[in-house]
Amino acid sequence: MDPTKDQLIGLYKTMQTIRLFEERIVDLYARGEVPGLAHLYIGEEAVAAGVCAVLTDEDYITSTHRGHGHVIAKGTGLDPMMAELFGKKTGCCKGKGGSMHIADMDKGILGANGIAGGGLPIAIGAAWSAKWRKTNQVAACFFGDDASSNGTFHESMNLASLHKLPVVFVCENNGYGISVCQAKCTLINDVASRAVAYDMPGVVVDGNNVVEVYEAAAKAVKRARAGEGPTLIECKTYRWRGHHEGDPNQGARYRTKEEINTWKEKCPIKQFKKKLLKDRIATKKQLETIDKEISQAISDAVAFAQESEFPAVEEMYEDIYVELGEAQ
Amino acid sequence: MREITYCDALNEALRQCMVEDERIVVLGEDIGCYGGIFQVTKGLLDEFGPDRIVDTPISEAGFIGACVGAALTGMRPVAEIMFIDFTTVCMDMIVNQMAKMHYMFGGKGCVPMVLRTNIGAGRGTAAQHSQSFHSFFAHIPGLVVAAPSSPYEAKGLLTEAIKNDNPVIFVEHKRLYTTKGPVPEESYRIPFGKAEIKREGADVTIVATHALVGAALEAAEEAANDDIDVEVIDPRTLSPLDKETILSSIQKTGRLLVADEDNKTCGFAAEISAIVAEEAIFYLKAPIIRNASPDTPVPFSPPLEKAYMFGKEVLMDSVRRLMAYA
Ligand SMILES: Cc1ncc(C[n+]2csc(CCOP(=O)(O)OP(=O)(O)O)c2C)c(N)n1
Ligand SMILES: [Mg+2]
Repeated sequence: MDPTKDQLIGLYKTMQTIRLFEERIVDLYARGEVPGLAHLYIGEEAVAAGVCAVLTDEDYITSTHRGHGHVIAKGTGLDPMMAELFGKKTGCCKGKGGSMHIADMDKGILGANGIAGGGLPIAIGAAWSAKWRKTNQVAACFFGDDASSNGTFHESMNLASLHKLPVVFVCENNGYGISVCQAKCTLINDVASRAVAYDMPGVVVDGNNVVEVYEAAAKAVKRARAGEGPTLIECKTYRWRGHHEGDPNQGARYRTKEEINTWKEKCPIKQFKKKLLKDRIATKKQLETIDKEISQAISDAVAFAQESEFPAVEEMYEDIYVELGEAQ
Repeated sequence: MREITYCDALNEALRQCMVEDERIVVLGEDIGCYGGIFQVTKGLLDEFGPDRIVDTPISEAGFIGACVGAALTGMRPVAEIMFIDFTTVCMDMIVNQMAKMHYMFGGKGCVPMVLRTNIGAGRGTAAQHSQSFHSFFAHIPGLVVAAPSSPYEAKGLLTEAIKNDNPVIFVEHKRLYTTKGPVPEESYRIPFGKAEIKREGADVTIVATHALVGAALEAAEEAANDDIDVEVIDPRTLSPLDKETILSSIQKTGRLLVADEDNKTCGFAAEISAIVAEEAIFYLKAPIIRNASPDTPVPFSPPLEKAYMFGKEVLMDSVRRLMAYA
């Protein structure tokens, strides 16, 4: 299941879009244009890019508080996404949800989530629904290493396995919850080893190697579509920024600069770029053109968000319930 | 008296109690080297070590349940749930276990634990990190619900909560953490079920909770300029509730405004209003007014969140409306 040349370029584009988008958020957040809590995905791009590349628009994902990467990779437009982060009416949730609640039903994105572990059972439900409706859709569910300490992880794993549901569990193991490192949360080294308890395959991949992630995800999705049940994929990676923007000194209270720098050396994008050039998949110039196009698209999204209006105050009272007669 | 922040007052209460009583252990997410997301447990790990200051994984049902079990068997755990929104993931442990055991066991066994958490919108953190559903816990018999409105209350109520043999839901307020006020250095306890009259007045009674106590006092100042004499009552604990202080105030003023940040429907303001309607209606000169949060999830968009919140101006407007009745 090797990715084609076009797919490889696609993976690069997705990762670079996430990176440049998040870097822009750093700046916008510092200037107060993006309010609230921003949990950035810088350093973890290969996971979202690799997994979403093997999903179709009809497939589902559930995301997390650190969700920008998943949403971009699954195909939501940058304009409505950026506008949502600004709290504007043109945002994908009309400005009501913000960073932690971005959703896009047209792209099968069943929401980022402010509750750690909250997305897992929802993915189970989406997969079960696909099975009941016989649609052959798959649900991929992203969650952090620390979220796997939540009971919802274990209950979801068991339900998915029991009913052979078309789910791909994607653990983004970046080594930390907020400040607590993995060794202080669990004695196992690999979250993937928990798959044994639920009789499903559990695989560990280098989460900074997008091709490895892609291949593992492709295999898991194939298995899910064939009705053979779920897979747990653990992607080892690292977040470069603090837990959220504003976490003092990018997390200096609980980790060292050296550790951060070691992981920066293993930058998923830098590595992949090298590979693309070495394997002559793309030229330096081609990649530069891609980068420029992405930067432009992000600038356009920022302008779109800045020019958009805030929702009117009355809109606060809308969307609490589905209007009678509006049911689909 | 020296002035310290609400956050430091809570920290001091924890520290003083822990020095005195070895049975006290503190559990929660990021409470160790990080010092708690709002810094309430700052420095405690260094002083008391990882056996007593325990960073937990994201396992709320697990560690809150563990606190219940530990409390039942001789410890005095204090747990931190990062935001009140996350109490929902351990609700069985709170509602069916922690609250009920003493009663179900026929008065045998008790659950002397504290669950600290916080409410409040205004930080742009949207619908799952900004809620104020403290009233929900006051609805459950068996739980004490404390609602400190100032650094002084924060320290005294937390000390009482830790020493008290009942399970306590200790509801802090995000916006208050950095506010300063006078706090005695020595340890002291504020008894449960004793409201505090924060300001005496003869025309209007405002029963206010949390950050709205401060807003009510500001409104009272402003009203005084118009010769309106406002009494401000802080119940300090929502359960048990000091009905007497509220009812006798109504007998004096005949006008009630309740200010509470929970959603209006079935919120704490509704309960106070119902009590006054049941027990003091013939003293009322005007309809009761509730100033509470709108019945919507907390919106993310800054102008919507701003509209969601309210303070002195809204209270002042209500005071004037109450005074329109002779
Ligand atoms: C149920 C619940 N408990 C606590 C939190 C607070 N919280 C937000 S993110 C986080 C750490 C999440 O760690 P992990 O799952 O590894 O994801 P990461 O942030 O590393 O991507 C915590 C404790 C929450 N959002 N939900
Ligand atoms: Mg993590």
